[in-house]
Amino acid sequence: MNYGVNELGYYGDFGGAYIPEMLYPNIEELRQQYLNITADAAFIAEYNQLLKDYVGRPSPLYFAKRFSEKYGANIFFKREDLNHTGSHKINNAIGQILLAIRLGKKRIIAETGAGQHGVATATVCALKGIECIVYMGEIDMERQAPNVARMKMLGATVVPATSGSKTLKDATNEAMRDWINNPVDTHYIIGSVVGPYPYPDMVARFQSIISQETKKQLLEQTGSELPDYVMACVGGGSNAMGMFYHFLDDEAVKLVAVEAAGKGVDSGHSAATTFLGKEGVLHGSRTILMQTDDGQVVEPYSISAGLDYPGIGPQHAHLYKINRAQYVSITDDEALQAGLLCSQLEGIIPAIETAHALAYLEKMTFKPTDNVVICLSGRGDKDLTTYINYFNF
Amino acid sequence: MIYEPSTNRLNKLFSEGKKNLLSIYFTAGHPALNTTIDIAEALEKAGADFLEIGFPYSDPLADGPTIQESSLTALNNGMNLNVLFDELANLRKRVSIPVLLMGYANPMVQYGVENFCKKAAEVGVDGVIVPDLPMYEYEKLYSNYFKDNNLSNIFLVTPQTAEQRIRKIDELSNSFIYLLSSASITGKALDLNDTVDTYFKRIEDMQLNNPTIVGFGIAGKAAFDKACQYNSGAIVGSAFVKYLNNTKNYLPGIAEFIGLFK
Repeated sequence: MNYGVNELGYYGDFGGAYIPEMLYPNIEELRQQYLNITADAAFIAEYNQLLKDYVGRPSPLYFAKRFSEKYGANIFFKREDLNHTGSHKINNAIGQILLAIRLGKKRIIAETGAGQHGVATATVCALKGIECIVYMGEIDMERQAPNVARMKMLGATVVPATSGSKTLKDATNEAMRDWINNPVDTHYIIGSVVGPYPYPDMVARFQSIISQETKKQLLEQTGSELPDYVMACVGGGSNAMGMFYHFLDDEAVKLVAVEAAGKGVDSGHSAATTFLGKEGVLHGSRTILMQTDDGQVVEPYSISAGLDYPGIGPQHAHLYKINRAQYVSITDDEALQAGLLCSQLEGIIPAIETAHALAYLEKMTFKPTDNVVICLSGRGDKDLTTYINYFNF
Repeated sequence: MIYEPSTNRLNKLFSEGKKNLLSIYFTAGHPALNTTIDIAEALEKAGADFLEIGFPYSDPLADGPTIQESSLTALNNGMNLNVLFDELANLRKRVSIPVLLMGYANPMVQYGVENFCKKAAEVGVDGVIVPDLPMYEYEKLYSNYFKDNNLSNIFLVTPQTAEQRIRKIDELSNSFIYLLSSASITGKALDLNDTVDTYFKRIEDMQLNNPTIVGFGIAGKAAFDKACQYNSGAIVGSAFVKYLNNTKNYLPGIAEFIGLFK
């Protein structure tokens, strides 16, 4: 079975490039160049060096002893929260800024939900001295205020998206409109495995460093590079795609993707895309998305801004449809409790996004010999206000 | 049905070789439901040569604030493709000029592209403009449905579109090519500078098989005339939507609005 993208940009029935003609030259330029540029020895050397010296990679694969005792399996955390800027988003941002420079671009735009991708993009733009504009939903700007401040401090301009639900979906629309208006000098650093081809493939490749390192680290720690389970949270799905990437062809490895159920999948306040969505077209890809019968995109809800997105990347849609990965969901309450548990058992305050993946452990049954890797996609500093309000600390 | 250019109103219009064609865009369901045919009829009487009726979408990527808001109003008013096709059932009793539907891929995909094309043909629509349905997807997945129903699919060309791609678009087109005045979202006024002349002249010199109609940024007579100098006509969108927004009793004033352009 082939789980990767074909030469036309499709993963089975999903993917493609549903974009207005105004974006065609940009997307075509990327499509023609991204594989050559990223395969170039000088690019690889610079990328690897920045990942090592600037990001702090390899990120540790940590054996979570007390979690393992609690759940009766060997549980490992892939510590993307220890990356510079606090999440996995920097892996992709570094890759894309190096690509943008080689494409001769002078201006960077990005969208952000939780602010992690915005901070990562603002960071790499500061590093390379390139103008940076980040679109962020007005509501997300309120609930992720520290990240807004960080982006501004890094020299980025943060533009509130005031249309629609004023969250990630609308920030993405606004970023795409900016790109339409500035087609020549601007590169759009999309933060997840969404958007028109080649973005889903390009972002997955930059994030695949997560599974590549995990295999090596597992071999050292367990004697086998293959775990029984690999788990990650999914909004658009970039950390999950990075965590799954090098395990896709290892059919014995069970892949578990955890979506945000919000207040419950049937509550009308949810972002559980595979449960609530159906096939359609959003932000340039044919994928699975939450929508009305008439094809209007439904505004999602999750307490975690990073999972508050009505779609998933087309590769996820494909993995879901052919049953290669299992897609499940966790409510706000369950996620927040798991975040607290991780803090108190392991001394790690996870991002609320990540806490969704951790919460699903409660619903699984393991053999004592099972090896389980969870992508600890980000740290929870940015979510302290949400944790404080919920637990009344 | 096999594609019969002679029975398509757009083809007929263009075969007459008329110049200075004026097309008007408005969003179905804005400002209110059940106004689509009234507005269409008034536009025809006032001298519009063909029409684009927008079907609203929640996430219209290529649109500026004016048309985005009109789409939101239309959605809040309950407009959707079923409602629109019901409204358009009487279209051809009152309107004889060519009519295009314009919207985004997802509502069409959810309706079912084959059903959409059948229904559009049934109510007398002549063509469809779907900005986020690119050439490859059209050719591979949907072109037969359009051809079987004698519907034109209109492609967009921007100042950045490469010559080879414009040639391919010309090959796939069978009524007109929608020439974007600049690479931008809707509602940004056309800059009447030499660059525009150079761009229009470049396209004119390509001697395409299909006529070109300019859209985006046609907000007044100067821009309309500039577009018509090199092309068969132009499309007014945001300016008309703004007119509808700002005029309480808008039907009687439509003739005056059209008079601003021709």
